[in-house]
Amino acid sequence: MLIFKEQDVVPFRNRVKEYAVKISMSLLNQTKLITAASELVRNLLKYGGGGQVVIEAVNNGRENGIRLVFTDKGPGIKDLSMAMKDGYSTGKSLGLGLPGTKRLVSEFDIQSEFGNGTTVTIIKWKNG
Amino acid sequence: MQNQVLSILKEKKSSIFELWTKKQSNLNAFDSFSNNEENESEDFINAFFNALNESSIEDVSATEFDKVNEMLIGISISRAKRGFSPRENATYLLTFKEAVLEILSKEIEDPTILYANNLKISNIVDNMTILTFEAFMKGREDVILRQTDEISEISTPVIKVWDGIVALPIIGTLDSARTQIVMENLLLQIVETGSSIAILDISGVPAVDSLVAQHLIKTVSATRLMGAECIISGIRPEIAQTVVHLGIDLSNIITKATLASALKTAFVMLQLEVQKKRTNI
Amino acid sequence: MDRIPILKMGDFLLVTIQVDLYDQLAENLETDLINSVRKYNSRGVLIDISAVSIIDSFMGRILGNIAVMSKIMDAQTVVVGMQPAVAITLVELGLPMNGVHSALNVEKGMEKLRAKIFNDDNPGQEDDSSFE
Repeated sequence: MLIFKEQDVVPFRNRVKEYAVKISMSLLNQTKLITAASELVRNLLKYGGGGQVVIEAVNNGRENGIRLVFTDKGPGIKDLSMAMKDGYSTGKSLGLGLPGTKRLVSEFDIQSEFGNGTTVTIIKWKNG
Repeated sequence: MQNQVLSILKEKKSSIFELWTKKQSNLNAFDSFSNNEENESEDFINAFFNALNESSIEDVSATEFDKVNEMLIGISISRAKRGFSPRENATYLLTFKEAVLEILSKEIEDPTILYANNLKISNIVDNMTILTFEAFMKGREDVILRQTDEISEISTPVIKVWDGIVALPIIGTLDSARTQIVMENLLLQIVETGSSIAILDISGVPAVDSLVAQHLIKTVSATRLMGAECIISGIRPEIAQTVVHLGIDLSNIITKATLASALKTAFVMLQLEVQKKRTNI
Repeated sequence: MDRIPILKMGDFLLVTIQVDLYDQLAENLETDLINSVRKYNSRGVLIDISAVSIIDSFMGRILGNIAVMSKIMDAQTVVVGMQPAVAITLVELGLPMNGVHSALNVEKGMEKLRAKIFNDDNPGQEDDSSFE
């Protein structure tokens, strides 16, 4: 799905929910997945200048899951390790919300090159 | 040549069956074949010999055997669930092989032919034995999985102890999977019973390390977000020690040593009083 | 442009959120709410989120903003009806949600508001019914 404006967010969330429901994911896991997706898509819009998200149902041989890949051609993240640190306790700006988002999903991967865009991949297995 | 062997087998099917049945009952410690099992075995032997032909006898993975394999898998899984031992499961086919080979040796005189066919039959039945073993294992795993689910359910009951107060005695280790279940359950019950206080009793939790403490803290936070309060009770002295030594900060959480004191606190919070009745003498 | 309806209930304002809050809508809500607090001299704001199934950091921030803004205008804010799945997710996400009080439902929410307002107006005379 292509996300370039705010109004794209809601249909995107609904689409993610559809996929999650299709593989009978529990309500709690659905909520976590959609919340994580919401965080990442906002980053996409705010910092990446928009981009695309690929939603897929996947299987690792043992169970089903949903995979989301967020790609943008924005400025990229300069210091990935800083971005992944939990900054919430300082109460300052919430930044990219990456560490929190990571806790919500089963697998999390981020590739970013300063000046060359960012790709974030998350997977949520049906049973967490 | 091959045809001859095949026709012998088909002719002697019933003798093979008899011999097989006898061997099985000799082995079984308890009552031998029930009617069901006899039918199962008859079906199997029929299917097996039907599947045997010139090409399939050479090839353990021949598609002719698919139906036979399916049958065997079904039998093994059901036996696993019924509590048969692994040995009993394996000897099912091993005695079958013995029976077939015994009959064959009586009918075929030429040792080279006998040997060659022994080998072929052995290969086929051995392969099937492995299949039954795998299926048996899967059957046992299914039982374990089901029991695990049941245990999870039983060990996290939520009890309404008073109007607006629920108690959750946690028994056993608290890992992240269990915490999720506990949290979900607790919060759902809070909504359903409209309770404003939840008492989490951990006297049944053997060890509290930083991970478990984190889980508890998360549960308390989630409860507060929903507008209810959480009291943790059942803190044994060892746990208090461990918590302090690990540097875990529980200052934000109301903790009590016993469920009773937690209940008392809850009453105070809800502005309830327990009074002794005055008897008129 | 949609706006989220704000109901006046005596001294309090009740806002029921039933749709996904996107940026514009959220900003409008903040503005409308703060204006209404002023207009009716409300002492309390109840935000009903029982129909909200996803709260991300954006939404969390909005709620936090509303709480702070209202406090400045001398009104307390209570969020009611948070869904269990949302609560668990928020905790996992690590959103601080400070300054946002919560209650299980509108009734309890109003009790809480009354207690807080009483405490605020009568410092030193703590009313025990509010245990937060």
